[in-house]
Amino acid sequence: MGSNLMTNYFEATAVICFGIGFTMLFLNKNLIKKVIGFNFMDSSIFLFLASNGYISGRISPIITNSSVSSENYINPIPAGLVLTGIVVSVSVTAFLLALTTRLYLRYHTLELDEMIRLSNAEET
Amino acid sequence: MNLAVVFLLTFLIVCAASVALTKDPLKAILIQMGFSTIMAAIWLILESPDLAITEAAVGAGVTGILFFVTLRRIGLIGGKAGKKK
Amino acid sequence: MKLPRFLAVFLNWVEGEEVFPVPEQASGPFHSERIKKADPKKKPQTPGRKKDHSKLLSALYSALSVIVCLTVILTLLTTVSWLPRFGGDHNPVENEVYTRYVERELEEAGAVNTVAGMILDYRAFDTLGESNVLFIAVCSVIILLRADRKKDGSLNIPELESTPEEKPDDIIFRCAAMILMPVGLVFGIYVVLNGHLSAGGGFSGGAIIGASMILYVRAFGSEKLDKVFTFSTYKWITFAALITYTLLKTWSFYTGANGLESGIPLGKPGAILSAGLILPLNICVGLVVACTMYAFYSLFSKGGFGNGQ
Repeated sequence: MGSNLMTNYFEATAVICFGIGFTMLFLNKNLIKKVIGFNFMDSSIFLFLASNGYISGRISPIITNSSVSSENYINPIPAGLVLTGIVVSVSVTAFLLALTTRLYLRYHTLELDEMIRLSNAEET
Repeated sequence: MNLAVVFLLTFLIVCAASVALTKDPLKAILIQMGFSTIMAAIWLILESPDLAITEAAVGAGVTGILFFVTLRRIGLIGGKAGKKK
Repeated sequence: MKLPRFLAVFLNWVEGEEVFPVPEQASGPFHSERIKKADPKKKPQTPGRKKDHSKLLSALYSALSVIVCLTVILTLLTTVSWLPRFGGDHNPVENEVYTRYVERELEEAGAVNTVAGMILDYRAFDTLGESNVLFIAVCSVIILLRADRKKDGSLNIPELESTPEEKPDDIIFRCAAMILMPVGLVFGIYVVLNGHLSAGGGFSGGAIIGASMILYVRAFGSEKLDKVFTFSTYKWITFAALITYTLLKTWSFYTGANGLESGIPLGKPGAILSAGLILPLNICVGLVVACTMYAFYSLFSKGGFGNGQ
């Protein structure tokens, strides 16, 4: 273990939430819960990125007075990347939910095991 | 390490763990909206007001509404199930 | 061990207990008696070997999920502990790219908000891709969810378990929506138009406008909005916004893109008509995002939008 675990608490929280979301996506059988786990993974990756851009003691990069110096402002690049990412994540969520709705209308269940069993029964 | 920051970050982990443990999709969605609201506060602490506005509108608003409408459409909440009570 | 009451109530709620409609005989401190009473009624079902088998399998499954979760978290935490300190000003991320963006952005792009100047001037091509992702997402949701039409023209919504669109008779919800909706709409327009001066921009403002439209439709029904916002309206608004974005940025790239003379006045920083192309690009992105949010809601709730085709 390195020495910076206690100072990097934002990143630590982000990876813990990522792990929980990954487990929900990977090992949960309910499709709605899978989509929510995907959302958690999104959010925690955004938290990780944005916490890397933060510099303690500086303010957000909105240049109010004429002093244009990079000594006063935090890093705007992760904020710009995350800003577009949040809006794209809602479209990915909508796409996954549309797929879920179609599957429910077909099989009338949300459990993945049941769906696989029904589709196998249909094929034979 | 600020006490408010620690409280908010703990709340994030508690939200994620309770969504993983709950069985009811409706409650999972409600907790997920709470997660997004706390995340909007954290963006403000990280000096990114752009992200705070976007997360509050998208994460806590539109995403939750999409989940609710999906559940309503497939009949788990509202409609017949709501009238039964 | 004694938990605080709110924590225990929260845990019960997560476990599946209804907390809010409190019953009269809520005798036990944490409703634990009621859970135990309710359980044995459900249990007697098909005992035997098959049930034991599935029980074992599900126990294995949950154990496996806990192990996987802990492994992933521990691996990532080890990585985090080797990362540079949080908030330090000499981290590898804080390099000359960011210095250049912050120091030269005001004279090159003219936007007071550096984030807006970055995503709509230096990295505008990336943002065009994101807007197209939204459009493609709406297209795929249309493919998946759009309701077919019967021969007489009415919507054929397949096996919908609840009625597609119903106005709630909730007077509190309607009054709240009546107050909140115009404020939200105006605030969204403000955020879009002011994106280069303060926090916000096309993505945030578009999401707020879309959420206000959803609130209006949910409270007052969609008849009036359907007359205006049909499928072809959506198509033309999105198409016009994307093509305007592309043409404006094509001009900007054609004339050299960065620091060269392009014929577009930058204006005085801080004025509403400043920052060159950023204001029209913000409006385009805001239109696309607002239409996308409303289209998602409309497609999910009734399988299409507009009363026309």
